[in-house]
Amino acid sequence: MRTLTSLFCCLWLLTTAAVAEPLPGEIEATEITAPVEITTEVLLQQLTEAKLKDTQDILEQLEAKAGEQLLPLFRSLLNGNLYYVKESAQVVIVNDDDSLLDALTGNAMAAVPSSELKKIRVNNTLRSYLRGAIARIQLTATNPERRLQAVRSLLSELDAPTVELIANLRQQETDADVQSIMDLALALDVVRTQTDTASRLSAIQIMQDSLESEVRIVLNQAVTDSDKQVQAAAKKALAAIEQRVEMFAFIDQLFFGLSLGSVLLLAAIGLAITFGVMGVINMAHGEMIMLGAYTTYVVQLLMPELIDYSLWVAIPLAFIVSGSVGMLIQRFVIRYLHGRPLETLLATFGISLVLQQLVRTIFSPLNRQVATPEWMSGSLEINPVLSLTLNRLYILAFALLVFFALQLILKKTNLGLNVRAVSQNRDMAKAMGIRTDWVDALTFGLGSGIAGIAGVALSQLTNVGPNLGQAYIIDSFMVVVFGGVGNLLGTLVAAFSLGIANKFLEPVTGAVLASILVLVFIILFIQKRPKGLFPQKGRAAE
Amino acid sequence: MKIKQLAKGVALAAGASVISFSVMAADTIKVGVLHSLSGTMAISETTLKDTVLMMVEAQNKKGGLLGKQLEAVVVDPASNWPLFAEKTRELLTKDKVDVIFGCWTSVSRKSVLPVIEELNGLLFYPVQYEGEESSKNVFYTGAAPNQQAIPAVDYLMNDLGVERWVLAGTDYVYPRTTNKILEAYLKAKGVAEADIMINYTPFGHSDWQSIVSEIKKFGSAGKKTAVVSTINGDANVPFYKELGNQGVSSEDIPVVAFSVGEEELSGIDTKPLVGHLAAWNYFQSVETPANAEFITQWKAFTKNPARVTNDPMEATFIGFNMWVNAVKQAGTTSVDAVEQAMIGQTTPNLTGGMAVMNKNHHLSKPVLIGEIQEDGQFEVVWETDGVVPGDAWSDFLPGSKDLISDWTAPVKCGNYNTKTKTCSGQNY
Repeated sequence: MRTLTSLFCCLWLLTTAAVAEPLPGEIEATEITAPVEITTEVLLQQLTEAKLKDTQDILEQLEAKAGEQLLPLFRSLLNGNLYYVKESAQVVIVNDDDSLLDALTGNAMAAVPSSELKKIRVNNTLRSYLRGAIARIQLTATNPERRLQAVRSLLSELDAPTVELIANLRQQETDADVQSIMDLALALDVVRTQTDTASRLSAIQIMQDSLESEVRIVLNQAVTDSDKQVQAAAKKALAAIEQRVEMFAFIDQLFFGLSLGSVLLLAAIGLAITFGVMGVINMAHGEMIMLGAYTTYVVQLLMPELIDYSLWVAIPLAFIVSGSVGMLIQRFVIRYLHGRPLETLLATFGISLVLQQLVRTIFSPLNRQVATPEWMSGSLEINPVLSLTLNRLYILAFALLVFFALQLILKKTNLGLNVRAVSQNRDMAKAMGIRTDWVDALTFGLGSGIAGIAGVALSQLTNVGPNLGQAYIIDSFMVVVFGGVGNLLGTLVAAFSLGIANKFLEPVTGAVLASILVLVFIILFIQKRPKGLFPQKGRAAE
Repeated sequence: MKIKQLAKGVALAAGASVISFSVMAADTIKVGVLHSLSGTMAISETTLKDTVLMMVEAQNKKGGLLGKQLEAVVVDPASNWPLFAEKTRELLTKDKVDVIFGCWTSVSRKSVLPVIEELNGLLFYPVQYEGEESSKNVFYTGAAPNQQAIPAVDYLMNDLGVERWVLAGTDYVYPRTTNKILEAYLKAKGVAEADIMINYTPFGHSDWQSIVSEIKKFGSAGKKTAVVSTINGDANVPFYKELGNQGVSSEDIPVVAFSVGEEELSGIDTKPLVGHLAAWNYFQSVETPANAEFITQWKAFTKNPARVTNDPMEATFIGFNMWVNAVKQAGTTSVDAVEQAMIGQTTPNLTGGMAVMNKNHHLSKPVLIGEIQEDGQFEVVWETDGVVPGDAWSDFLPGSKDLISDWTAPVKCGNYNTKTKTCSGQNY
């Protein structure tokens, strides 16, 4: 009996010793937090003082405690607009319009000067945690679209508790789309973790229609599975998916090509008028584009509150600015060099240097920041493997719009008639009473103005700096020459075919070689057909 | 008689003027500044010119050097590589400068090398570069690949668990050499060929659609992927924008850049860059008293409270201070004496450590990795324990594995082969 008691004693001692000797980290935790009950407020307080490496711990406790209430807080922490008031350590959300909200209650607050606010910082680890946390909270959101997104973003981090959570929620789910993505999530887990052949095969069955990248990852693993049946099914499903992915990749590349083509079209279309229709070799064309881009910058400086609308103001303004500079150049320089292409080339090249230096002096040689309006950021997701970036999509549409508007002007208006008349036979036009001087100036202004509009579009894609124009002048000439001088439709076709050719070559040869190959092709093509794709015929040709 | 007197007077005057001229010349120590003030590199290099001018001004306030005032001689090589060589010759033969601070791109440094060796000048080169070089007449105060690229890859591999690598760069010598070193390093670490994607783009590339889409595809294979970017200058902004637009976030595929610093980030929309990484030896955000003082001094000197500091500025700062100390120690500005006095020279860097000039003319520096913040500053997420000595010849390239550089006796060679125990005899 005594031995038994002492044995028990020993055991008891051992267990208490084990309990009483927790990890050093735990001791600290209990020591610090024991006196105060850990409420959400206390955790928020800690959040303001925490080092980056401790923040996740606090956030996890917060998530466990408050759940849905924290959605705005997590979101603004992710987007980097969560601050705290220095004095009171109150955590606040700062909206885009500088108004303050209490992070927890969402109540509006009196404004606090920005010097009194300090930002709560996050790093990549925290951001990825926050995304996961937001998705977990969103799983129970009322909006089915939100739930769908939540499940999708959790596909890449399916751990046991998440799977369990999704499995439970699947029971109550009513929306068909959400149901199918939840089924997919569960199927992924089945193929990865379970051993029963039948259920794994049916899971692969569910997966084979999905384009999610997670599906391909899991199937790729299953291809080397020890279960022969699963292996065969996975292979078959993977082949079918890959085929669809290839097809969408092709569409994607076509879009990239069209997008590059639209940029080339925008840059070249103004030149197609000044060089193509008027026959002036305008080396300052690139600078007209640059002026348009800088106009956008100035417009945004003047209306910082209304960035979303700035482009609509910038487009007409850029047309006016570049157009009037173009007209000035025509009236004061090019007019006197009529019929002397070499001198025109040198003079306009000089003007381009002058304009670049002017911009350097006024705006500094550094690139300027042009903001992208909200409606142009992000992408239009068609399916998990095909998404079209919105800015490119808008610019593609815009380029076509400009092109057709220009066609209309040239074909249907009086100005267009005069322009065509003067470019075909100057003397005859003069004899018919057309003021060729002014028609020249207006045409040059039109071409330059359109280059300005191109600048507005390019400011959304590339750097706005003094060298902006230089990057596009060669491409522009290439497009116009390739398409056939004096033919707007040729410019359109040339721009898109060069863009597409470039983008299909790029993955195979690399960006450097792709542009070289395109250039070589154009040189050879011009050797064969010196007048380009669509040469002018008949009397207009000479 | 009169004529004789006149001649005497003239001779005397001439003599006096010659003497006074030489006294004048001896009165100052001339510091050459060889940074482009126009052309494409002006954006970056003008800052360094101002840094040298600020350091010269500060040193003069402290009473100059060896009892003499410092005088900065600024020339403009205009981002034109052959002009760098001409301007160096001009500085050394016409202006007779005692030291030159200058160059940014590797090609400009390569163009200066033959001249500076021929005329036995002294150049301080303050920018991170691809290594594989060590000249007797050049001190490299920027990072060698083992002080920037290799630690960055280590961080990605060990701390972020990256298994798939995209090495993206602009098509010229620095990215190509750095990527060659990194590729060899990654393979030595057991990374498979299929897990490395290498991509080069031309200068100023702006259409990143298909490359970003390729990176996205490359990164969706279930292994953690990162981009190591040696993309230069302007091309970075559209690259990060495209990443943002195509929905590639810094948590999915982080980009660590070697050419994106505070200066490059000032004046651009940093939103698409937030969370991406950069590896440098210095960040403006590092909180030390020395750095705070340097930033205040810089803002006061440029009279612009919004000006930022960056890594090549710190390299210039360290190089200048070391040169001052070496001249003091040698008691002369003679190149050979200063060159020997430089080796072993220590001076505090701005991040709270000590910079040491090693025998191979490269510095020991700490390596910091920072995440880009919305305000264009960096939040340090990782740093090496101490300083890392710069390695002139990479250990991961077959051609330079056995080479070392040691400018002290008895080796006195920039490319000494430790296997054959010979100096190749090549000048640099």
